[in-house]
Amino acid sequence: MAVADITSPSEEIQETSGLSSGWGRRLLIAIPYIWLLIFFLAPFVIVLKISLSDVILARPPYFPNFDISEGWQGLLAMLQAFDLENYVWLTEDTLYLNSYLSSLRIASISTLLTLVIGYPIAYAMAKAPKEWRATLLMLVILPFWTSFLIRVYAWIGILKKEGFLNYFLLWTGVIDEPLMILNTDTAIYIGIVYSYLPFMVLPLYAVLEKLDISLLEAATDLGCSPLKAFWVITLPLSLPGVWAGCFLVFIPAVGEFVIPDILGGSSTIMIGKTLWVEFFSNRDWPVASAVAILLLLMLILPIILFQKQQEKQAEASQ
Amino acid sequence: METLVSTQPVCKFAPWEDPAQEPLVRFESVTKKFGDFTAIEDLTLNIYEREFFALLGPSGCGKTTMMRMLAGFEYPTAGNIMLGQSNLQKAPPHKRPVNMMFQSYALFPHMTVEQNIGFGLKQEKTPKTEIRRRVEEMLSLVQLEPFAKRKPHQLSGGQKQRVALARSLAKKPKLLLLDEPLGALDRKLREQTQFELMNIQEQLGLTFVIVTHDQEEAMTVASRIAVMDHGKIVQVATPAEIYEYPNSRYSADFLGDVNIIEGQIDVTTGETVSLAWAEGETPLAISTKLRPQTGTTAWLAVRPEKLRISKEKPENVDNCIQGEVWDIGYTGNISTYHVKASNGAILKAQVSNREHLADRSITWEDNVYVYWEKGAGVFLEA
Repeated sequence: MAVADITSPSEEIQETSGLSSGWGRRLLIAIPYIWLLIFFLAPFVIVLKISLSDVILARPPYFPNFDISEGWQGLLAMLQAFDLENYVWLTEDTLYLNSYLSSLRIASISTLLTLVIGYPIAYAMAKAPKEWRATLLMLVILPFWTSFLIRVYAWIGILKKEGFLNYFLLWTGVIDEPLMILNTDTAIYIGIVYSYLPFMVLPLYAVLEKLDISLLEAATDLGCSPLKAFWVITLPLSLPGVWAGCFLVFIPAVGEFVIPDILGGSSTIMIGKTLWVEFFSNRDWPVASAVAILLLLMLILPIILFQKQQEKQAEASQ
Repeated sequence: METLVSTQPVCKFAPWEDPAQEPLVRFESVTKKFGDFTAIEDLTLNIYEREFFALLGPSGCGKTTMMRMLAGFEYPTAGNIMLGQSNLQKAPPHKRPVNMMFQSYALFPHMTVEQNIGFGLKQEKTPKTEIRRRVEEMLSLVQLEPFAKRKPHQLSGGQKQRVALARSLAKKPKLLLLDEPLGALDRKLREQTQFELMNIQEQLGLTFVIVTHDQEEAMTVASRIAVMDHGKIVQVATPAEIYEYPNSRYSADFLGDVNIIEGQIDVTTGETVSLAWAEGETPLAISTKLRPQTGTTAWLAVRPEKLRISKEKPENVDNCIQGEVWDIGYTGNISTYHVKASNGAILKAQVSNREHLADRSITWEDNVYVYWEKGAGVFLEA
């Protein structure tokens, strides 16, 4: 999308200033591609290479290595040493499959919870008086001013057995004995929903705020009760925001490592945690890389869906 | 005013003149306030069945507030709005037999033309076959049959406008509200659509209330016009009445072009008032039944097309003003001569161009006489 936007104004310039602007235009288009090449494609190729290698006790802990002094022969030798052994291993141990499935489950449930909590917040913000909206928006973004890690640690203090939540609930008499929340899946859900809520609220707010109020008036004018008007007008028209919010929460939540590590129990396995263990505890870089590559392939599908959705939305708004 | 109505050609449709007729809509001393701002002030108005009623005024005059109160998006601060026998005070928008065509059209972007038109019927749980029949009927009424499956963003401005009209008519409302319905269309299309609107209204026998700031549009379509200013109604009458016999400078000026001359009452003889308007000039004669006091300030309103212009001094005319041609506005079919009188006032006289341009004798800086009959002007006290 961004590329297309850049080309159209520069086309006008080209008519007036000839050759030189053709280069300027190419440079403008090249910048994002060079960025992707350096910061995404190159690391990806390195990880892919490691995932095809064998683990050894050395530094670096994998084989083969490419020595540039050996030239063409060296490269060929390295390619011949590659195998899919690590990927085969991933299918043999159920730990990995369970990690992937558990991650998908936790990410899906968290995304749904975030949507259910985020929608009313975004709706209330969009319906608030105009002069309040900037402040409300600020409040949503405010948590980002503190480190993510510190905010997740803070939840330990709230959720632990002698934490604020239990203290409060015992004090009000709602419960007789402290709830065990920390180190359970519930704690992970709380952590993910809390951390990713702004990513759900912001795109939802963006679509709901733009929603033409006269559409709702037209619906009620034609005999729709206000509640029904929400279901047949507001909700369908806010779907692009729902999609955007869900993808923005789901994609990072699948690979989430910090929250399950800090708030989750030892019985909860998530792929991010498994990867961390392979990499740092087992020092098996090739298997860890294979896990990462598979995770990426798994996420490409929702990312493509997200892109398609964005394109459709852009088309509709034209 | 009432006495003057009889001089108009007899109108077949004039329920407002018949005291036995029950109005369809009654505004009874309606006041609407937004905080400290009074949008509508103690307004009383009757609208009759099968009328095409226009609310005309500049932006901020309260015409849109009136319409939104009829639709149920706003409620009066005081007073009642009656629709037939029912008081609309408590009825929410979705429980009123009133539909509205929105200025922005407000078509549902995620629904096809068909679904948009059928939306209102679907809410009433109308059987599917009946909905399909009505939608087809509406599509043919607005000549959009080939576009039934399109989404609003695939339509032109004029097509969207037709869909909006069809949607608001689909439920056969007792009262259809049109909020600046033709504002977004270009001139040619607007004129064409005005006549279509009138045909549809007549064909379906519905009551239309239109809000507009375009006086030409109001005059073309409306059976009666309410000229509004600052939350009050200045005049309610047929377009011809308001044009020929405005009751104030405001309505004279709002509907069409007008010359307004200020002066003091000189003498009143019979049904003629003479107005002293400038030092050393003959007072102007105006026909009126009013008996104003000598010396009070009053105004003469006379339409440019009722003034005649010549280079020779005319004989035996009621009013004649000598002046100099200051400017000529040429719009093809007519020329408007701006004539500067001795006191500096500019009078506009319109002449239809029956001859070719070269044959016309009056040109810039010519000394001319502008003259008219005493019955051509209107005497105004406000």
